[in-house]
Amino acid sequence: MTQNSDPIIQIRGVTKNYGKVTAVDNVSLDIRAGEFFVLLGPSGCGKTTLLRMIAGFEVPTEGQIWIDGQDMSRVPPNKRPVNMVFQSYAVFPHMSVADNVAYGMKIAGVDRAEREERVRAALDLVKLGGFDARMPDQMSGGQRQRVALARSLVMRPKVLLLDEPLSALDAKLRAQMQFELSDLQDQVGITFVTVTHDQDEALSMASRVAVINKGEVSQLATPSDLYEYPANRFVADFVGSVNIFEGKLTVDEKDKAVVDCPQIGKIYMDHGVTGPHEGAVWAAIRPEKITLHKPGLGKAVAAAAKDAPEGHNFARGTIKGMSYLGDITLFEIALESGAIMRVSRPNLSRTDQEDFTWDDKVSMHWNSASPVVLLG
Amino acid sequence: MAFFKRTAHAPLEYSKSLWMRGWVALVMLFLYIPLFVLMAFSFNDSKRNVVWRGFTTKYYGIAWENAQLWDAMMNSLTIAFFATIFSLIIGSMAAVMLWRFRFPFKSAVDGTMSLPIIVPEICLGVAFLVFFSWIGWPSGLVWPINLGAIIIAHITFCFPFVTMVVRARLASFNREQEEAAKDLGASEWQAFRDVLVPHIKPALVSGALLAFTLSLDDFVITFFTSTPGTDTFPVLVYSLVKRGVTPDVNAASTILILLTVLLTAVALKLQGAKALADTH
Repeated sequence: MTQNSDPIIQIRGVTKNYGKVTAVDNVSLDIRAGEFFVLLGPSGCGKTTLLRMIAGFEVPTEGQIWIDGQDMSRVPPNKRPVNMVFQSYAVFPHMSVADNVAYGMKIAGVDRAEREERVRAALDLVKLGGFDARMPDQMSGGQRQRVALARSLVMRPKVLLLDEPLSALDAKLRAQMQFELSDLQDQVGITFVTVTHDQDEALSMASRVAVINKGEVSQLATPSDLYEYPANRFVADFVGSVNIFEGKLTVDEKDKAVVDCPQIGKIYMDHGVTGPHEGAVWAAIRPEKITLHKPGLGKAVAAAAKDAPEGHNFARGTIKGMSYLGDITLFEIALESGAIMRVSRPNLSRTDQEDFTWDDKVSMHWNSASPVVLLG
Repeated sequence: MAFFKRTAHAPLEYSKSLWMRGWVALVMLFLYIPLFVLMAFSFNDSKRNVVWRGFTTKYYGIAWENAQLWDAMMNSLTIAFFATIFSLIIGSMAAVMLWRFRFPFKSAVDGTMSLPIIVPEICLGVAFLVFFSWIGWPSGLVWPINLGAIIIAHITFCFPFVTMVVRARLASFNREQEEAAKDLGASEWQAFRDVLVPHIKPALVSGALLAFTLSLDDFVITFFTSTPGTDTFPVLVYSLVKRGVTPDVNAASTILILLTVLLTAVALKLQGAKALADTH
């Protein structure tokens, strides 16, 4: 990925109100040139509004958006150096594929020979070579999306905006397009800004992700940081699956911390916590970072004791739910306190799924590097 | 009794049922017999035109040479032509305005728009009569300027139909297409011309057709707004019929019917091809 650190888009204190409803609340963020930036959030969180403000279809109530060092406050959509791929693709139904792709250049007054050359190159880029004369109603949804992509890319924008680009595609095609979009971005070196509600999409394509909640940026991080070091409960819960337990911080030193959770016991981790922690804190553990054991053999206790003081990072429970997904099996385990713990277990051999079943008593442990403390 | 025996057919195959076929035939007869009688009697070799006296086409010749009929027909077509053009422009502009913008008293404007459709024609006719005499609309102008009053009246009751049709079509417009055009650099006007107009084209065709036929066969409002020398075909026929229907009136009417049917067929064909490409 050709990435340098100059921000191509600077969003400065942008707020958007619709009457009394605040869709976007004082958002400031920088998007770097050449990166694949994803705005991730649940529906209605304001991510699309933010994207439409970058494109110029919505005007911020407060704040400014700078694109390539230029304040966009008074620049209409048709004069901005960005192009957008719409959620519905918005391919012009009365124009052929070639006319669709050439439309922007025709408006811009590009001469015919160059237009044809660029249309051909753009269609080749999105693997639609030879489709020039097709009408949109003779194409599949995936192909129409490629037309929309080519139509935008042919304009050589500084930034390409994509509104939920994969939501209308079926699962297989979506997985394929995830890779293709990443490849495409590598090839053309244009900054991509994508809006999605799908965390898989965000994690697989993005170089950085801004998680948006209720109009605010909850966390801005790389996909792996987002998953392994979530900043708060919202991000931990929204990105991936997680077990969260409320507790009190009883030990907090440079290289270790302990959260005492009434529901599960003492959770020991190999890193200290900085920041205020007078009141409640939360410990979060991902399901795949927990290991199940048959009870009564002392294995869980022994495994937990390897990198944590005795009595920490260990729990017992009963299997209340199970779903076999092929590569992994998901367990829902009722702890002795009544709380539910979600555990996923890889099926490393073909007989692994026979190890545990409903109503089995199990014990479990996790490493001291697995949990994280959430302060908010 | 084979006739009453119920044969099995699939739930929606109504056309297989004899009863249904018979019923459809009856309805068709009821609707179209008057028209066929009119057409048939245009070939009747009789001046009084009540009893069939044999086949002739001479009344087509008589109608052809009847200057009064020609003038009326030209008046009708001219009025319909201008009323259609202006109704199309005003009607589609109103539709786009009501669809696109929010403004104070929008629902009131919306309601007023369909008033000419709802108000009884006779009232509109009287209203125009009063209005034009109140403002002192000049009479006895040269053709076709003397048709101005009638054209204005026709626009008034034609354009709401255009608005209605265009609005229905606009409801299915994906606004992201307009935004996409602007995103690609199009100005407001270019986006309108290149994206919105192609989308509403089928509605413009059917709206024009509606306006044209409504204007062509309007009698009541035209009657109240016509001055000497501006008789349209329906008004002239009405005055002729008072002296008894002659076959040349039938002949002219038949030509008018064929003309309308032809026009409709052409428009539908154009629109059909367009609509097919536009949907999906």
